[in-house]
Amino acid sequence: MLKPMDSSTPGGLRAARARPAAAPAASPATSPRPVSPRAPARSMYLLHHLLEPNAGYRRLAAWLEARPRLRRLFTAAEKGVKQEIFGCRMCGQCTLPSTGYACPMTCPKQLRNGPCGGVGADGCCEVYPEMRCVWLEAVERAESQGRPGDLLRLQLPIDHRLWGQSSWIRYWQGRDEDLWTDAARSGTRQ
Amino acid sequence: MTGEMLDARAGLPARADGREAGGDEAPRTGDPGVTPRASTAFRAALESGAFTVTAEIGPPRGADAGAIGRKVAPLRDWVAAVNITDNQGASVRLANWAGSLAAMAAGVEPIMQMTCRDRNRIALQSDLLGASALGIPNILVMTGDHPRFGDHASAKPVFDLDSVQLLWTARTMRDEGKLLSGRKLNPPPSWFLGAVENPSAPPADFRAARLGKKVAAGAQFVQTQYVFDAAAFAGWMAQVRDLGLHERCHVLAGVGPIASLRALAHLEQGVPGVQVPAEVSRRLRGVPEARVADEGVAICAETIAELTQVPGLAGVHVMAVGAEHRIPVILRQAGLAPMLVPGGPGHAG
Repeated sequence: MLKPMDSSTPGGLRAARARPAAAPAASPATSPRPVSPRAPARSMYLLHHLLEPNAGYRRLAAWLEARPRLRRLFTAAEKGVKQEIFGCRMCGQCTLPSTGYACPMTCPKQLRNGPCGGVGADGCCEVYPEMRCVWLEAVERAESQGRPGDLLRLQLPIDHRLWGQSSWIRYWQGRDEDLWTDAARSGTRQ
Repeated sequence: MTGEMLDARAGLPARADGREAGGDEAPRTGDPGVTPRASTAFRAALESGAFTVTAEIGPPRGADAGAIGRKVAPLRDWVAAVNITDNQGASVRLANWAGSLAAMAAGVEPIMQMTCRDRNRIALQSDLLGASALGIPNILVMTGDHPRFGDHASAKPVFDLDSVQLLWTARTMRDEGKLLSGRKLNPPPSWFLGAVENPSAPPADFRAARLGKKVAAGAQFVQTQYVFDAAAFAGWMAQVRDLGLHERCHVLAGVGPIASLRALAHLEQGVPGVQVPAEVSRRLRGVPEARVADEGVAICAETIAELTQVPGLAGVHVMAVGAEHRIPVILRQAGLAPMLVPGGPGHAG
């Protein structure tokens, strides 16, 4: 933020900062594009009940994890579904249930704790002005389902070793529990 | 340089003109038990309840620390502290920590900006430790502009942590003496921690709550993006007061003069998250070109004067990068007196 009006710069006002008319394609690894989820928030919250961890899922996850080929197949299926609906990039630490089922990892800055200060007046992404800020989606979807409090959780720094792994296998085995915390609580992630 | 750094570390910036800022220097030792908490002019001004002014300083594109001194010297009696930006606009400039040391040497307390754009969590924590060790008393944490907007658009954006996570990390380092890894810090760092917010960017109803999240994560003060519409800002401040955030976090409104029609066009089209009201645009376009800069100063001064009436507001942050010399004029026109910073340069000696 604190964008300066730099009239002292030769050549003027850092012309490079002007919004690109048509954003060129960027490497998905470094500058993801915001994705508006292709499924209504309400059905996602309902679906979540079906996927909630239980003894059966826990056993299934442990069984899959012990079988590399099946695990890869399962992970590919998870990726296919989540990519199609949410633009999932397989960070392996899925936070969708706390962000109105809009994926914050599709934010070009990969912000997991809310929108940046550069959202346009019309709600556009500052990096890809032709696209809508994914955090606007998240806030609207969470509020529409009576879950605005979810957005106040502190999303902890992610573990970059988990990229490409199945989040469901981790979730069903209870390994996702340190993804977020109460923002007021201090502490360290071990 | 060393002596000046030590003085500033004790919250008593040395004067560049050789006058003593006074006070005894308590040497820092390796014993964590005696690490002094940062006691600074900026923090003291906020805690005194005085309407506090800070200013933004962009470090030079060049290996010249003197440029910082030349920019901050005229502001010494007018501001409690200066922000030293961190490669603002994603364009390479002299480093934030070096600029901060240069400001201290010139007798003005720095607020070192730290973005998440260029460093991963290892480098961020390392730089935070370095800042504390060298006596930089205030840190302002933000996400940072995307490299696409800068002079190295081909750079790899890092964004390993986001601004809330970095605030929480810094607070944990300071208050628990621990790194993100859980390893102990000996001695732990100490700084006054700040955050940023843009009250005018969508989603409008979430912006005060988002500040609340930053306050919970460790923000002790916040500076906002440009405010051109004081009435709209007052609406946001009402939400901030409803959440009780103004009692836990000092809020400074960002302001700045629009110095030319080109700057106006740039702000209107090229700066994400900034909206210039039609009235401001009409006024600037309604005067002869030679008078645009003065009109910009007048508008900024009027905005500050209006903001002084907003309940719960702690002060203003003046962003006049490239026109820092106009800041005293703006403040005088706004009806503000020079800052009498307790223990600070305003009335030291």
